[in-house]
Amino acid sequence: MIRFENVTKRLGSRNVLDGFDMEVKVGEALVICGPSGMGKSVTLKHMVRLLTPDSGRVMVGDDCVSEARGRELERIRSRFGVLFQSGALLQWLSAGENVALPLREHTNMSDTEIERLAREKLRMVELEDAFDRAPSDLSGGMRKRVALARAIVTNPEIVLYDEPTSGLDPVTSRTVDELIDHLRKQLGITSVVVTHDLHSALAIGDRIAMLHNGKAVEVSAPAEFINSKNEVVRGFLEAQYITRRGPWEEGLQK
Amino acid sequence: MGRGALLNLRGLGQSLMMLAEATVFLPMTLGRRQRSEVFTQLYVTGIKSLGVITIVAAFTGMILALQTGLELRRFGLQQNIGTAVTVVMLREMGPFMTALIVAASVGSAIAAQVGTMVVSEEISALEIMSINPVRFLVTPRLLALALMMPILTIYTNILGIAGGALVGATQLQVSFQAYIDNAQLYAENKDLYVGLLKAFVFGIVIATTACHQGFIATEGAVGVGQATRRTVIIAFLVILVLGYMLTRLFYR
Repeated sequence: MIRFENVTKRLGSRNVLDGFDMEVKVGEALVICGPSGMGKSVTLKHMVRLLTPDSGRVMVGDDCVSEARGRELERIRSRFGVLFQSGALLQWLSAGENVALPLREHTNMSDTEIERLAREKLRMVELEDAFDRAPSDLSGGMRKRVALARAIVTNPEIVLYDEPTSGLDPVTSRTVDELIDHLRKQLGITSVVVTHDLHSALAIGDRIAMLHNGKAVEVSAPAEFINSKNEVVRGFLEAQYITRRGPWEEGLQK
Repeated sequence: MGRGALLNLRGLGQSLMMLAEATVFLPMTLGRRQRSEVFTQLYVTGIKSLGVITIVAAFTGMILALQTGLELRRFGLQQNIGTAVTVVMLREMGPFMTALIVAASVGSAIAAQVGTMVVSEEISALEIMSINPVRFLVTPRLLALALMMPILTIYTNILGIAGGALVGATQLQVSFQAYIDNAQLYAENKDLYVGLLKAFVFGIVIATTACHQGFIATEGAVGVGQATRRTVIIAFLVILVLGYMLTRLFYR
């Protein structure tokens, strides 16, 4: 579905992606994890052409997003929904208006129909009551859920999640994880999740990709990932008290 | 030095490109779903600046009347302050003072809002939703400022002239009627029109500068602060220079 082919991206004096290859399969949930500054969000931004590779290309199905322009780029982007790390809700619009925005801008639906769909998506993230509330009146977790409702309101094929649980308490984080998992299973959406929270990654990922020095050093299913012999992966797992004996055991003992 | 000049030239080019793009989107902005944003911006630009403009306009006229009146009185010509205040307000001080206030209040607010949207990824979110940020943000603000600046300038002119009349009547022994008669004798319609043209151009300058500075904001809150500061400085300078050039163009 999404394919990175030998992508290199230099930001400042550093190659954030360096001959990067990776594939996201149709309908799967691929979690990209790794330490801060290793190019997770940069990878995500390449998928929707918020960044352009210095070399190599990024394919979305048969479309080359890294070379698309104008209407072609709009068409490719319309296949995506994106949940930004901060939620990126427009502050002067209510939660409902934020969710309705893509429909208002790109469809000829009546106002009534748009409101009905916006409410329906807000109901899916259990926030229908927040329709008229301003983003500034919502908690961090609620803002992310509203942003998620906006990301899926146009029924995209692919949803990208940039650090969906960052800044949230553990209970809310698990709620957001469940929501992502539920939406993927319910709507059959291909999901790409960027996170450094391995508990989330193991819970929602079909496969987990570990980024290090501009490359994917490990891409495997959670069960294999947890048993990986790769040093970078092991270090990352152990830093979050996750060992081969089970994700929670050692963390609880400590 | 050379690098700074190149960066300024690049900024100027980007601003003009953005202005051209925003102008292309004008017909779309008047469509049913975008119209409300234009009205919001008209309200923000016009109504919310009225308080400061009222005070500044009245005192500008009063200061003009007092300064010129005191000098003219030495030659027994104080009855001419009606012309002096009216012509200066219509041609120069009306649009100029209005533009300075709007640049400092509305322009800086636009730069802060757009800059915050950039650093909090709201602009990226618009791009992903295939919503052109220039059409969505710049065009309504450009239209609102271009329309509202001449209206605010008329308001400034009226208050400034009235302030001058007040000073004339209370401190220079020039009656209200004599002040108005004198003003009507020498002030021309051209003075009003040139002033309104300036106001229109200044509105475009403020909107373009503010939006451009907002769009190029980086580095979080510090970047937003810098964008706001640069907006006020650049807008002030461009307003001064363009004000002179337009005066030179119409009064030789």
